[in-house]
Amino acid sequence: MAIADAAGVRPGRPRLDTVPPGDPRDRGGAAQPLLIVEKLTKHFPLKTGLLGRQHAAVRAVDDVSFAILKGETLGVVGESGCGKSTLARLLMNLIPATAGQLVFDGDPVAAMRGLSLKEFRRNVQMVFQDSASSLNPRLPIVDSIAFGPRAHGTRKKAAREAARALLEKVGLQPALFAGRYPHEISGGQKQRVNIARALALQPRLLILDEAVSALDKSVAAQVLNLLRYLKRHLNLTYVFISHDLAVVQYLSDRILVMYLGQIVEIGPAEELCRAPKHPYTRALLASQLSMDPAERLETAPVSGDPPSPVNPPAGCRFHPRCPFAEAVCASTPPAFGDWSDTASHLARCHMADPASGHSRAGTALPRVDAVTSLAVPAE
Amino acid sequence: MTDIALTSVPVDAPALPKSRGYLATVGRRLRYDYVTLVFLAVIVLIAAAALLAPLIAPFDPLKTSMAYRLKPIGFRNFLLGTDELGRDMASRLLYGGRMSLLMGLTPVAVASVVGGCLGVVAGFFGGRVNTVIMRTVDVFYAFPSVLLAVAISGTMGGGVLNGLIALTLVFIPPICRVSETATTQVRHLDFVDAARASGASGWRIVVYHILSNVAAPVFIYASSLISVSILLSAGLSFLGLGVTPPTPDWGQMLANLRQAIYVQPLVCALPGIAIFVTSLSFNMVSDGLRQAMDVKS
Repeated sequence: MAIADAAGVRPGRPRLDTVPPGDPRDRGGAAQPLLIVEKLTKHFPLKTGLLGRQHAAVRAVDDVSFAILKGETLGVVGESGCGKSTLARLLMNLIPATAGQLVFDGDPVAAMRGLSLKEFRRNVQMVFQDSASSLNPRLPIVDSIAFGPRAHGTRKKAAREAARALLEKVGLQPALFAGRYPHEISGGQKQRVNIARALALQPRLLILDEAVSALDKSVAAQVLNLLRYLKRHLNLTYVFISHDLAVVQYLSDRILVMYLGQIVEIGPAEELCRAPKHPYTRALLASQLSMDPAERLETAPVSGDPPSPVNPPAGCRFHPRCPFAEAVCASTPPAFGDWSDTASHLARCHMADPASGHSRAGTALPRVDAVTSLAVPAE
Repeated sequence: MTDIALTSVPVDAPALPKSRGYLATVGRRLRYDYVTLVFLAVIVLIAAAALLAPLIAPFDPLKTSMAYRLKPIGFRNFLLGTDELGRDMASRLLYGGRMSLLMGLTPVAVASVVGGCLGVVAGFFGGRVNTVIMRTVDVFYAFPSVLLAVAISGTMGGGVLNGLIALTLVFIPPICRVSETATTQVRHLDFVDAARASGASGWRIVVYHILSNVAAPVFIYASSLISVSILLSAGLSFLGLGVTPPTPDWGQMLANLRQAIYVQPLVCALPGIAIFVTSLSFNMVSDGLRQAMDVKS
């Protein structure tokens, strides 16, 4: 409280509660999604031999399409290795995509007559998972924050001023922290600095790649609340990537579930958690530890490791681990609905499609309970 | 909506220790490292003596005298005796120090800049650029450093300048490798990605984020090469490839006096002692620097 008062800033007061109505940076209007991701694909080639001949590819992100609405928080969940972080790096253009296109507020990115990459990066920033390695150990944190604006032509003094103001905004007293080096502050403080650094260019979209996963729970909660406050205050849109469904649920308006490089389910957060349409989402939800010991599962809701993304299973990619798998699942890839309809709840599953020929097609998934816990069929 | 975030940061002003910069931390550590300080003082002394040689040398280092050849230490006014041509040893050692320091510091300094830059370029761009630079460096690695120095300066002929060039070429490959390793380690860290994500140019990232992390390991390694350089240059002079007579140089003095080793063993050992003390001091200081600069981040 003392910090906020000292600067005359009272965060979370009602006048800040509403999103500012007119953002001068807005070009496409409220209905235009902030970012449209179309058929984004990243294959990492596997090379062997002296000549480096490519014999296979890791399909880290495979034909992923979705839209991010202005002002929303889109949660992205999935197991380790499902392509979440690759997706984040693709969205940031840190690695080149094999195929696909990004459209930012109506303008195609890095295309002719579109938005230049530099301009796009000013609008989209990222907070990295590892707070320790994401700050230069030889730079005082104020200079780490000021680096982005300086690269975009802001004068040193002005950039430093702005950096100090940002430190204040993320809850670190500039007088105490500006001159410090990363090894002199704690993990939670580092992550606050990372957030300040990402905000320094005044982006409209913030990609949070496991931003709180490395922090212990109480510090993570503080940082999550800070993120919620900043979002309202600065008119931000979030892509929140995490393996922790509870955290994603807490923060997100919509949730996107990834499995083996594909989107398996996307929909409004509350609806998706209450009535998941995909067995994988259901298993993820069931794997959360319940507060009630009687509700806790004796067996793991989904067992085994995900198959290799080098050689994904034919048909539905989840069928080797799915308790409801039938012949149709092994042969035909399930259809996915119209992703551009951002209000709908879609699942890449034959059971969600009444015309698929699956015996349970069109019926809701049964609740996971301790007795009928998902037994994985023997292979 | 809660606003715990902004109010619950545990900040207690007096409890936090004063923030120190990297160099301040290193300086503070060195202040309590007495061994390093003593050897640093020795180096300063040697350097001052060499620089002020024209003022403090008792005799002309080139003036020969047939009457006073190979006199022992303390003979009349010859504080450290005379050499095989009757030249004053003390004066020659002072003047020879200039040459040794020049041959010790210049090649390492030039090689640090050239090798350091090559390594940063190789490490930062990676891929084909890295392959071309590092494989070329590997070719130089195939020869022992002494042999390489002798071969290069032998081909180009004797003389101070050729000796300097030969030593520089010998030191570029190892420094380049240290710099490349440090750069590769840093390049894949998230803060470099974050810098790229902010739209900064490659040059800007190298200057602000790479160099600050590569400079320390390169500096530490280069400082350990100074003593090697002094020894190598003495070796070159000993073989008649470095400094040409009559310019005094420790290595060359050692070579010329070795016939007189049974006549005046102590006088003959003097240039060797000078080389030993100088290179030992540089080694010890480099070691102290390495420990002081090893700041955990």
